[in-house]
Amino acid sequence: MRTVRRMLMTAALAGAGLLGVAGPAVADTATPSPSASTEAAPTEAGTSFRTATAIKSGQPATADASTGDYLYWVLPVDAGQRATVKATVTLPTAARHGAATWQLDVYDGLRRRQPCKYGAPTKAAAQDAGSVELTCTLRTVRAWAEPWANDPLPGSYYVRLTVVDLPQEDLGLPVHAKVEAGTADQGGSQAVDGTLAAPLMPGAGTATPQSDGATPSPRPAAMAEPDGGWSSGWWSDRWLWTAAGGLLAALGGIAGYSVTRGSGRPSRVPPGA
Amino acid sequence: MITRKRLAAGVCGLLAAMAVALLPTPASAGEPDAKTAPKVELTLDVSGSMRARDIDGQSRMSAAKQAFNEVLDAVPDGVQLGIRTLGADYRGEDRKTGCKDTRQLYPVGPLDRTEAKTAVATLTPTGWTPIGPALQGAAHDLKGGDGSRRIVLITDGEDTCAPLDPCQVARDIAAQGIHLTVDTLGLLPDAKTRKQLSCIAEATGGTYTSVQHTKQLRDRVHQLVERTADPVVTPVATQGAQSCADAPKLKPGLYSDREKFAEHRWYRVDVRPGQELRASVSVAADRAVNNDYGVLLRASTEHGRELVRGAEAGDGRTDVISSGLRYPEPPADAPDGADEPPLKTVCLQVSNSFSAPPSVKTEPGMPVELAVDVVDGPSDASDAAFLGLGHGWWLLITLALTGLVAGLVWGWISRWRVSVWRTN
Repeated sequence: MRTVRRMLMTAALAGAGLLGVAGPAVADTATPSPSASTEAAPTEAGTSFRTATAIKSGQPATADASTGDYLYWVLPVDAGQRATVKATVTLPTAARHGAATWQLDVYDGLRRRQPCKYGAPTKAAAQDAGSVELTCTLRTVRAWAEPWANDPLPGSYYVRLTVVDLPQEDLGLPVHAKVEAGTADQGGSQAVDGTLAAPLMPGAGTATPQSDGATPSPRPAAMAEPDGGWSSGWWSDRWLWTAAGGLLAALGGIAGYSVTRGSGRPSRVPPGA
Repeated sequence: MITRKRLAAGVCGLLAAMAVALLPTPASAGEPDAKTAPKVELTLDVSGSMRARDIDGQSRMSAAKQAFNEVLDAVPDGVQLGIRTLGADYRGEDRKTGCKDTRQLYPVGPLDRTEAKTAVATLTPTGWTPIGPALQGAAHDLKGGDGSRRIVLITDGEDTCAPLDPCQVARDIAAQGIHLTVDTLGLLPDAKTRKQLSCIAEATGGTYTSVQHTKQLRDRVHQLVERTADPVVTPVATQGAQSCADAPKLKPGLYSDREKFAEHRWYRVDVRPGQELRASVSVAADRAVNNDYGVLLRASTEHGRELVRGAEAGDGRTDVISSGLRYPEPPADAPDGADEPPLKTVCLQVSNSFSAPPSVKTEPGMPVELAVDVVDGPSDASDAAFLGLGHGWWLLITLALTGLVAGLVWGWISRWRVSVWRTN
């Protein structure tokens, strides 16, 4: 009877340990990064990859533009994060001549287009619509990928917002765009082995001194880091899972051993022996 | 490993480099380096049609003047601004003379606000609309230095000086590789003007705005002038070759080139074994192209073996189509008698699958922007999982059961040994 009780207690302890492990992982999944509201949000957008305006996750950026402009923003996304970009376009109030299709594209630091896992990155706005809302959720950024893969890697991510189809009469009318990007930590379930030497950012490599004494080449402005810097690549909650597993195994071992020993003194040993 | 330390050092280095490259030195704060100062020229149409009173009840000309006054007040320091007019002087009917009527009203340089405003105040709507010659003149005014350049063209009508197509003029100017953008503002939303102005904007990577209110005109011109002041990296012009053997050798940096339809351009990059090559390319659609298009960036060895490629295809309205690749050169041992293994040459090939209707000119080629970077190689994964560590309930159950079984076995063994020992 005592053995059973002890085993139950062991199991309960292990369970508590486990919850402690799983807790942070669960809590992480939905927490957006702290918003950088202390700094003034950008009110302009770039017009090309080179001139993209840097934004931070959780910080709404706005821009006044003309219908037909290509608006670019850039934000850093780190390994293990899943970025969601939301764009709201307030359409021109002047009488328009037909429906227009707006599109949100996301490119990685190598200017490779990244597919949206969820969301509606392309939407048609009816002739009388006041605004159109686009969203794009990227795949979780991995720390490492084969060079032949198009997997999202840590680095700069470019957001491009534009109208892709419209009646020519509506070209050049004023619009107002608002873009907000959020990054959510996906925890260790997405953690992979291997790391890049430098995040995929334009001009990242010139930081590495080159033996032939190359002069520093020009560098784009899109060099922002995520809040708290790029991850070192050493932490993942897999450490906790694995450690908890080890702990459970040890407790299981003790439990198994004690089952074979019975409880307390063997009954055949006479008292006082 | 993306170690914080190295990154911090890198960022410091970068900041220093940026400070040197982009910011004025403290000694000359407020008076930027004339060589890299951004330049903008406001090009205003002063043709007879600017008399029409259809912008918030006032004439187009007075709307433009009002906007100019307010914009001139708010020009950021460090921007060199000039003003050019078209159609301001010649009242006659002779087309040939009318089409040469463009002059620099205020020279590009550090701005004297009063002088510039006085010059603008003298303008009265007069003549023709020679957009093409005005663009050529403006491009000439902006010559010199290597900062970014911008022409803000404000007009209310299409060019009246054919056969010089202003759109082609804009494309030719952009092809000179002087980082020039033309932003156009149309004061009259008619189809021909719109088509012409958006074509000019598209040809140079600029924007087109259709203006209906004075405030909108002012805000937009102001925004465009401010935009010029933003520090931006200007690419280095290069010219790719038709084969890898003749290709120019590129160091890490940003390059610009031109590529015609169905043309291949080759570049070479030296990579040390153990380093990773990163390259991205954007090909801009600066003219009317067919609906489907693509770009292919291919890295190969000098002998033509493909290493890795980046490809992208798309359809519909676009400014650029881009792709990129990364290629980690495998580490190699240094040969006898040398400290380091020899550099490997990687050939980069840029090709596009744009096409255009026969009416579209193929010269000059489309703008190509190529970013090349060489970083340390990645630390490759030996296991798909993070450091081989586990995750999830199955792991925990397995480990717990394994532990339990191990404990049981251990307990039984030791019990059996004790009983054997007792018996003996």
